[in-house]
Amino acid sequence: MHITDPSISIRNLKLSFGAVEVLKDLDLDVAQGEFVVLLGSSGCGKSTLLNCIAGLLDVSDGQIFIGGRNVTWEEPSRRGIGMVFQSYALYPQMTVEANLSFGLKNAGLPRDEIARKVAEAARILQIEPLLKRKPAALSGGQRQRVAIGRALVRDVDVFLFDEPLSNLDAKLRAGLRVEIKQLHQTLSNTMIYVTHDQVEAMTLADRIAIMKGGQVLQFDTPHEIYARPSCLYVAEFIGSPSMNFIDGAVAEGIFAAPVGDIALEGYDFAGPPGTGPARLGIRPEHIASGPEAEAMPVRLETVVELVEPLGSDTLVRVGVQGQSLWVRMDGQAVVQPGQALQVGFAPARAHLFDKATEARL
Amino acid sequence: MAHARPNPLFRNLMAKLAAIPMILTAMVVFVGGTAWTVTYSFTNSKLLPREKFVGLQQYERLWETERWMVSIENLMIYGICSMVLSLLIGFVLAALMDQKIRFENTFRTIILYPFALSFIVTGLVWQWILNPEFGIQGIVRGMGWVGFTFDPLYNAQIVIFGILIAGLWQGTGLVMVLMLAGLRGIDQEIWKAARVDGIPMWKTYLFIVIPMMRPVFITTLVIIASGIVKLYDLVVAQTSGGPGIASEVPAKYVYDYMFSGQNLGQGFAASTMMLLAVLIVVIPWAYLEFGGKKRV
Amino acid sequence: MSEPASLSATAAGADAVAPALSGPRGPRPRKRLSRANIIVYGTLIVVSLYYLLPLYVMVVTSLKGMPEIRLGNIFAPPMEITFEPWVKAWSEACTGLNCDGLSRGFWNSVRITVPSVVLSIAIASVNGYALANWRFKGADVFFTILIFGAFIPYQVMLYPIVILLREMGLYGTLGGLVIVHSIFGMPILTLLFRNYFTSLPEELFKAARVDGAGFWGIYFRIMLPMSLPIFVVAMILQVTGIWNDFLFGVVYTKPDIYPMTVQLNNIVNSVQGVKEYNVNMAATLLTGLVPLVIYFVSGKLFVRGIAAGAVKG
Repeated sequence: MHITDPSISIRNLKLSFGAVEVLKDLDLDVAQGEFVVLLGSSGCGKSTLLNCIAGLLDVSDGQIFIGGRNVTWEEPSRRGIGMVFQSYALYPQMTVEANLSFGLKNAGLPRDEIARKVAEAARILQIEPLLKRKPAALSGGQRQRVAIGRALVRDVDVFLFDEPLSNLDAKLRAGLRVEIKQLHQTLSNTMIYVTHDQVEAMTLADRIAIMKGGQVLQFDTPHEIYARPSCLYVAEFIGSPSMNFIDGAVAEGIFAAPVGDIALEGYDFAGPPGTGPARLGIRPEHIASGPEAEAMPVRLETVVELVEPLGSDTLVRVGVQGQSLWVRMDGQAVVQPGQALQVGFAPARAHLFDKATEARL
Repeated sequence: MAHARPNPLFRNLMAKLAAIPMILTAMVVFVGGTAWTVTYSFTNSKLLPREKFVGLQQYERLWETERWMVSIENLMIYGICSMVLSLLIGFVLAALMDQKIRFENTFRTIILYPFALSFIVTGLVWQWILNPEFGIQGIVRGMGWVGFTFDPLYNAQIVIFGILIAGLWQGTGLVMVLMLAGLRGIDQEIWKAARVDGIPMWKTYLFIVIPMMRPVFITTLVIIASGIVKLYDLVVAQTSGGPGIASEVPAKYVYDYMFSGQNLGQGFAASTMMLLAVLIVVIPWAYLEFGGKKRV
Repeated sequence: MSEPASLSATAAGADAVAPALSGPRGPRPRKRLSRANIIVYGTLIVVSLYYLLPLYVMVVTSLKGMPEIRLGNIFAPPMEITFEPWVKAWSEACTGLNCDGLSRGFWNSVRITVPSVVLSIAIASVNGYALANWRFKGADVFFTILIFGAFIPYQVMLYPIVILLREMGLYGTLGGLVIVHSIFGMPILTLLFRNYFTSLPEELFKAARVDGAGFWGIYFRIMLPMSLPIFVVAMILQVTGIWNDFLFGVVYTKPDIYPMTVQLNNIVNSVQGVKEYNVNMAATLLTGLVPLVIYFVSGKLFVRGIAAGAVKG
């Protein structure tokens, strides 16, 4: 995907602390008005990247452009960004109003303009009744709204979110997630959002950048990332419970494994189908069981090992030839450990990865 | 796009400017001052420092001086006793305070208040209490036990223990507070586990808690030790080094030679020896505490 | 065990429900005067008395007249309370040729302590802030040297500082002593402030930078208002430390601006004249009064101060 007029573009970005390379030659282009989520487990460099974009960390090499302007050495306040932090980072001794206007005062804006902008942000976020309160008197959700407001008053093109919902409980998190999405639709400015929560990433993002070891492994729409993970790590990382893997070797359209040969009919190879050791991945929700399995091109006779009822679904671990597979079944399904179960799947929904390079085949 | 990379010297310029006092203190006073003193300890400076180097002559003289030997001996006795006793008393008191007692604050306030007082005040009070005529000895004699003798400040053999009593009175409160903080820092589940396992309390302390508090013990020991080397005010106030030279200490030796004996070279040599003694304690500790790790 | 067997038939019938009713039930009985409690409280009370004894002796001695003191017992409460020793200690006691009492030393100590506390805390808090939030290259090196400096015996640096102060024309002046106190207070205070500022959420600092605040803006508008407790702790630490100082006072000042501790020592340990123990004790108590008042008023903050200063030091 080529973007002609990127809002943010990052070129060959490197950052190292001493001998430790945190970001390795990283490139990223974000389109105007796009909602990009940086997703990865802790230590992958996603927050570091965000801090570099914000100018809170000095890069070792490379360039950062925001709105076409090279801001690599620019002060954070002059980059045209607003930032929302995980711990909200509200100034505890100031009222909500003072928190919102602190940046504007530092920028030397006239008093009436500050008042107008603060009122506008408060209206959008519906925090007008809270303006005179101190942060300590607010609930977690209210605090995070104020934190968003602080970015909002700055009237900037780019919003940076650093795990903004991680400190909230599950219910509030879902509510605020919706609000952030709505806010993005209203304001339509560029947003970069860091999280380790794949549900947040899938629901919010226009595009997700999956990071590992200071590099972007795959940068694509949520649908593509789920349906066509570019490498083994992404395949394993996205989806809950995670994908089942079967080790084997691929040759002439056949995947040979201890559980038997699987004909890869309908599988969409990424390149010319090669040969050699490979891993086949199949998501638990793509494995059918019981009568539905009959209709599947690949069928396996298995024994139920473990049952995890979740209410809406039931997760079942089945064993076949020393290989364990997780299967997602309907919540009403009645299964017992030790019971025989036929399962099946379509190779079209499977994923093949080269054993050595871990790249998608 | 073509703007020059900012000069790294000017990055965080304000922070660097603000740190100038710290940099000057560290480099000029601490490093520079120490180097200066060590250098001039090899000269024969008298009233004023002068650059006539005489090798180890000052050190040879130092170790031949009886007063220095007495000072060293006193410091060793005071140091060892003070370390052992203040750790022991401090830990026992802290363990007692940790028994979920009532009036903990009151007890702590009482045991710690001497620490707020200066060594001068401490020395003078104990000088008065140990006064043979009116103090403890006088009172016991007054009660009819005429032969009773307890005059540490007037007996060259035991005068250092008279100072030790005062030093312990002033300092054990601090050790207790540090130990108590250490005890409070121990996971309460250790106690629950020990109780479920039926381990008696003294055994829990001895074999589980004390080993867990190793870092606290070491830090406390370093604090006590670096305080001991500085021992000066207390002696000046309580005995002025007397009777005779029986309670002299190195820090007093340094001061007297530098500022009243007009023999700077001796003072520099003696203070360098003090520095050496501290390094012997601090360097292994710093190595154990921070060795390998970057953080201080 | 054999009890149930000897019960009659009717009693045995009633006994069928007994296991639920008899036996331990409800809160465990507690002995107020258990052996452990006696040992714990007994020891603590005896120890407390020992620690309080010198304070008591100071007070009673300072309230007695000399004739009563000569009679003997220093532990006996005064038969006749007199405040004359206090008056004499404050305004008449002699050091050398001056006979205007400890009041001179008291005011000298005030004039030394106030600017020293302000200056040392100002420098150290900015140091700590710069170290915690603006880590510039080499900062850690200077900080490490500073902390090691805390362990160097003062005696090693006494004379070089004399030379430095003399070069600046400050030797023997109040200003010189203020600088000395700021220098030697710096390691512990810088550590205290650095650790405190490091413990504040870093995101606050980042948010302020995004909001366009600079080095001093963040220090005064964000950090200072959040750090009052640590400033109080530092103040307690410094006021007591500087008030109690003896060595620097005697080395870097002249007799007419000697701090209280030095003057006290000169009064009590002067070899001339008759020893007036009651005046001496009143003078000692007067000198100890400032730190004692601070200690008793500040309570837990004092403990926090020494623990913070010591444990991490």
